[in-house]
Amino acid sequence: MSHAATESRPALLDRLREALPKIVLSPTVAIVAVFVYGFIAFTVYLSFTNSRILPSFDLVGWKNYELLFKIRAWDIAVSNLLVFGVLYIVICCALGLLLAILLDQRIRAEGFIRTIYLYPMALSFIVTGIAWKWFLDPGIGLEAVVQGWGFESFKFGWIKDRDMAIYTIVIAAVWQTSGFVMAMFLAGLRGIDSEMLKAAQIDGASTFALYRRIVIPQLRPAFMSAFVVLAHMAIKSYDLVIALTGGGPGTATEVPATFMYSYTFTRNQMGIGAASAVIMLMTIAAIIVPYLWSELREKKQ
Amino acid sequence: MSASSSAKSGINFGRYILYTLLALFCIYYLLPLYVMVVNSLKPLSEITSGGMMSLPQELTFAPWQNAWSKAQVGVEATGLRPYFINSIQMVVPAVALSTLLGALNGYVLTKWQFRGSTILFGLLLFGCFIPFQIVLIPMARMLGLMGLAGSVPGLIFVHLVYGIGFSTLYFRNYYAAFPTELVRAAQIDGAGFFTIFWRILLPSSGPIAVVCIIWQFTNIWNDFLFGASFSDFDSQPMTVALNNLVQSSTGVKEYNVHFAGAIMAALPTLLVYIVAGRYFVRGLMAGSVKG
Repeated sequence: MSHAATESRPALLDRLREALPKIVLSPTVAIVAVFVYGFIAFTVYLSFTNSRILPSFDLVGWKNYELLFKIRAWDIAVSNLLVFGVLYIVICCALGLLLAILLDQRIRAEGFIRTIYLYPMALSFIVTGIAWKWFLDPGIGLEAVVQGWGFESFKFGWIKDRDMAIYTIVIAAVWQTSGFVMAMFLAGLRGIDSEMLKAAQIDGASTFALYRRIVIPQLRPAFMSAFVVLAHMAIKSYDLVIALTGGGPGTATEVPATFMYSYTFTRNQMGIGAASAVIMLMTIAAIIVPYLWSELREKKQ
Repeated sequence: MSASSSAKSGINFGRYILYTLLALFCIYYLLPLYVMVVNSLKPLSEITSGGMMSLPQELTFAPWQNAWSKAQVGVEATGLRPYFINSIQMVVPAVALSTLLGALNGYVLTKWQFRGSTILFGLLLFGCFIPFQIVLIPMARMLGLMGLAGSVPGLIFVHLVYGIGFSTLYFRNYYAAFPTELVRAAQIDGAGFFTIFWRILLPSSGPIAVVCIIWQFTNIWNDFLFGASFSDFDSQPMTVALNNLVQSSTGVKEYNVHFAGAIMAALPTLLVYIVAGRYFVRGLMAGSVKG
């Protein structure tokens, strides 16, 4: 009897010890299960209900999605995101690559210059938005200053112009992130085998050909990472738009993130807001999932 | 002779262009910071009369005092100070807890692997990249149910929940390179789960802890979406209060006060970047190059 008791206690302890790693991990698993995947499921469910101010559980089928695609503001938001996203990614990559190549020429004070190019990344998008908002304001900013220098006919009122305002968001966003893309490309450049470059140089390849045929093709992984990071930042961008233009003038710079917020919390159309959030998630998932999949698989091999 | 000297001057000319370009880009990146600093130190009249780019003619610190303790942000004219304090109260526990949990998770995921741990990590990683719009509605309900709605502890909780993914990613990648034989040897010597973590892994985790802390600090300090969604008037973080200050449509727009406030909001993360830039960059890169 007593023999059995003394034997079962170590067994229990052993089992506990074996389970300890899983016990330590379990709060995280629970948190992710509830607050990431549970919440995604909840929002997806809401997108099929007639929720208005408060969540409701009455299913209405695809109605919210049908309505969503008929709303003009959503149309504007999606096309703005396309314009913004494409320009943002292309300009950041081009500028980042150019800066990385310039910095890779055995520059004096490279560390110092790199610090200057990269510091905007440490700022909040709200700070960036405010700085550019007033700098681009025709009444006090660039336009007023250049006019004050004697160029009376100089005009730069994009931020107040319905057709041009979205480009001011591109300007501010590129300013904030291009240094980071530069750092990614610079790391890629530093990883290239210098023997190969020397051999090509001896063969008489020009600097331009060297970059076009050997260096840039080898930067593919850096391009991939930059694309994924920038695309996902573009889709999520909310703070910058709020601080810079507030989605205006009118609805000229509305993006999906601002649309979701205003429909859910100020217009009390929670069902439609949830539907727009689901579409944002799907878009990001389409970019992120293949990337994570390939990264994790490569690691395993 | 002449050929070689012209080739040399060609190289010099190239270098000259190179440095000019680099300097021009320096100006481009520094311009907004210059605008913020210069205009936070001059009276409003100098800005509205077209002098945004000039140095202050009359140096004044009044905009800074105003932004810190007098400006009308919410209902009362408190300045940004209480919101700055909110942000600090929010950032410190959220960063500490998410880093600690991330370290433990990384330890389990690399040294105590079990069936499905890679899939679990993948699911965790995907959680880092979701657009947070997808969780706003249920999170608002949940915070209400937990009695944390509109409070600083509520914000700490939200940032902890969505910060774990990245901190786990950092520590997992770092511990993956840590020799597993050392862990096994310690196990044979009878060291337990926590002893190994405490005595063997943690003492060598300094560099990655710095990276993780900087990353979390920057992200949480700079967050706007959660702050705007889940805070009340008196629990707003700095970014939300600053935005309210600038967007408020009542009264004269005090640009100099706005710039001073913007610098205050930027200063903590900027200081971190200047002091620990190397780690900051490493954190950014790890956030983009996974696996």
